[in-house]
Amino acid sequence: MKYLHLVWAALFRRKARTFFTLVSILAAFLLFGMLDATRAAFSSGGSVIGVDRLITTSRYSIIQSLPASLATRMQAVPGVKSVGYANWFGGIYQDPKNFVLSFAVSDNYLDIYHEIVLPPEQRKAFEATRTGAIVGEALAKRFGWKVGDKIPLQSTIFPQRNGDKTWPFDLVGIYTPAKGAANGTDQQFFFHHKYFEDANAFQSVGTTVGWYVVKLTSPDKADAVAKAIDALSANSDHETKTQTEQAFNASFAKQLGDIGLIVSAIMGAVFFTLILLTGNTMAQAVRERTNELAVLKTIGFSSGSVLGMVLAEGMLLLLLGGVVGLALAGVLVPIVAKGSGGMLNLPPIGTQTWVLGIVLMLVIGALVGALPAIRAMRLNIVDALAGR
Amino acid sequence: MHFLKRFGSALLTLLVLAVFLAIWVMLPWPGVVALAVALALWMVATRRGRQTWQVTRVGLSTVTQRLGSSSVVVVGIAGVVGVLVAMLAMSEGFADTLRATGNDRTAIVLRGGSQAELNSILDRDSANVVMQAPGVKKDAQGRPIASGELVVVANLPRKGDPQSDSNVPIRGVSEDVWKLRDQVKIVEGRTFHPGLRELIVGKGAQAQFEGLDVGKSIRLAGQTWTVVGIFESHDALESELWGDTQSVASAYRRGSSVQSVTVLLDSPTTFDAFKANLAADPRLKVDVSTTREYFGKQSEGLTKVLRAVGITVGIIMAIGAIFGALNTMFAAIQARAREIATLRAIGFRGVPVVVSVMLETMLLALLGGVIGAGIVWIVFNGYSASTLGANFSQVVFRFHVSGGLLWTGIKWALAIGFIGGLFPALRAARVPVTTALREL
Repeated sequence: MKYLHLVWAALFRRKARTFFTLVSILAAFLLFGMLDATRAAFSSGGSVIGVDRLITTSRYSIIQSLPASLATRMQAVPGVKSVGYANWFGGIYQDPKNFVLSFAVSDNYLDIYHEIVLPPEQRKAFEATRTGAIVGEALAKRFGWKVGDKIPLQSTIFPQRNGDKTWPFDLVGIYTPAKGAANGTDQQFFFHHKYFEDANAFQSVGTTVGWYVVKLTSPDKADAVAKAIDALSANSDHETKTQTEQAFNASFAKQLGDIGLIVSAIMGAVFFTLILLTGNTMAQAVRERTNELAVLKTIGFSSGSVLGMVLAEGMLLLLLGGVVGLALAGVLVPIVAKGSGGMLNLPPIGTQTWVLGIVLMLVIGALVGALPAIRAMRLNIVDALAGR
Repeated sequence: MHFLKRFGSALLTLLVLAVFLAIWVMLPWPGVVALAVALALWMVATRRGRQTWQVTRVGLSTVTQRLGSSSVVVVGIAGVVGVLVAMLAMSEGFADTLRATGNDRTAIVLRGGSQAELNSILDRDSANVVMQAPGVKKDAQGRPIASGELVVVANLPRKGDPQSDSNVPIRGVSEDVWKLRDQVKIVEGRTFHPGLRELIVGKGAQAQFEGLDVGKSIRLAGQTWTVVGIFESHDALESELWGDTQSVASAYRRGSSVQSVTVLLDSPTTFDAFKANLAADPRLKVDVSTTREYFGKQSEGLTKVLRAVGITVGIIMAIGAIFGALNTMFAAIQARAREIATLRAIGFRGVPVVVSVMLETMLLALLGGVIGAGIVWIVFNGYSASTLGANFSQVVFRFHVSGGLLWTGIKWALAIGFIGGLFPALRAARVPVTTALREL
């Protein structure tokens, strides 16, 4: 640490070169921040809030519904605390472009998804209103909805019994997702399954549900309970597949495409180039300073501290550019997310990304500093001063 | 005064840069070839040009001594071009696949407001009304050539990952489908027999998902189905499994209803009349589109997103690469400062010096561009991937690295080289000769 001013002075010996290198590093880490946010947006499996929940769907197809009669039998499985259910609605608001993630849900759904936090009086109003709906704050903001609004949603799938495809809803609550909720939770629209069944032309009351959500008494029973639930319908014509919410989300995200792989491939190309580029800069910088390094050694600096100083120079270079780049990504990501109009739910740059980023900066910094540092350490004073 | 002059020249440089980039983006390839030819002629025919050539040769012959820093330009630009071309190839491949699926000779009819086949439903009566509508081509027996179809989604594991679930589309088709979709050919085995639980599998689906070879059985809706054939169509249909409409309907308890009706039109010109006719029919509430329109629309969203992401990532990487090139070229002219100053002292003018430095940078950039685009072409052209499509099921598509994309990549490379070379070139020509000569 006491040599910091020396390292700093060496770094800015040639201002233009250091500046150009810093901009390249900045660009690389800006990209790292934004791509990591994109990756996080598509892998909502990381949320720990849902560890005590299982999702039961049809074994054969996500679009096949399950018999409603299964609920009571699932409830009896040891380790099950409560069983809720939901159905996909496929809603659009006014224009086909305005897709709304909308679900018809059972009465106990909000108890199972406790991260959906609704003020008590709004919760009461939701329970009391047959056509009531609650939406996440981000969704409400997107369309400028307020509590008390009447909202007509068109379903791309289900007409009402009178043939009308537009379903009227009363907005009775706007919820805020609790901390740690899965990304995108604040973009959803929930209403009563009862209303859905009553008014739906395709479905008779109390026959089928889209999928079940099971709340466990404890997360470590997940495997046993999942097996027991699937056994209930084994060899019937509606066999089920039960998995943890995380596994369900992860498998769904995977279907969109391996975003993680694409991101890693791009970042691999970027960092490879970056190592070459900064490595070249460092090599140049050290070569130019051969004389100065020899003088340092002459006046008593040990080989080890010369090595350390050059390594520190590489790391400092990377840290300066990288931290600014990641900070810039932190500013840009919310702007991009906002600009996409709800299409892309980019989460803000989190601690995890920062930690990974800084580790990368230090590793790359050490890597690009290593060769010149070793050269500097092995420097023979006499040869160097003689210009050999 | 001095400051004003510097400020003016900086402004001028930026202006030249902006104009160059604007023209460059719009320039078609014959324009670029013409530019290259003009440059070559100038270098051969004029005195200045020949001087430029000499200076460039000296510069290029020293590149081998600066291999490390020159490779920064090449690799940096190869990275930008590679990522850009790969992303655009993905976007283009997806759009191509869906575009190829549709044409103007066939029309698809869905229930009003459904957007995708999966959401739609048409009862038998409505389907019959659609098939009998005027404008639909009739076969020799006078029956309309039309296919009432069902699309359901099945869970199948992806190849090499038996635990995974992918939504794979299963289409129930009628016998007329071969006349409607003449691009579809059986390449292995035979077609399904109506009434039996038999499936034929698209080549794309066979490549992506487990257990879809001829002779194998899979479980659908709790029943066992046999794969009897493989078909090829070079479009989005290749991602699907096909069976007989009635068999699929009974397995999934759909009764006699269908989800969509695809008809062969008398000619593409009869589409408007066909559509108007159905719209006027009080018994129906349907959406009618040509299959070209229907499948084209499905690719729009994702294609746009991929393009936007590709270009954004490309621009950020390009900024990094430009500064890398600036570093390298400033170092290069620094190393050659004395030599350049000597040339200028014995009478070489600024233009040859500027042009030669830029030429050197752009040649390195070109090399980078060719390497980047070439690697992507070798690795990704025809690479098969899949994503979730409009029917909530997998669409298998192939990356398409077209000539146009390779050209775009090269153009980006040259633009980066131009910007990265311009400033060092100007510096080389501007440093006072006396200063440069004195500097070691």
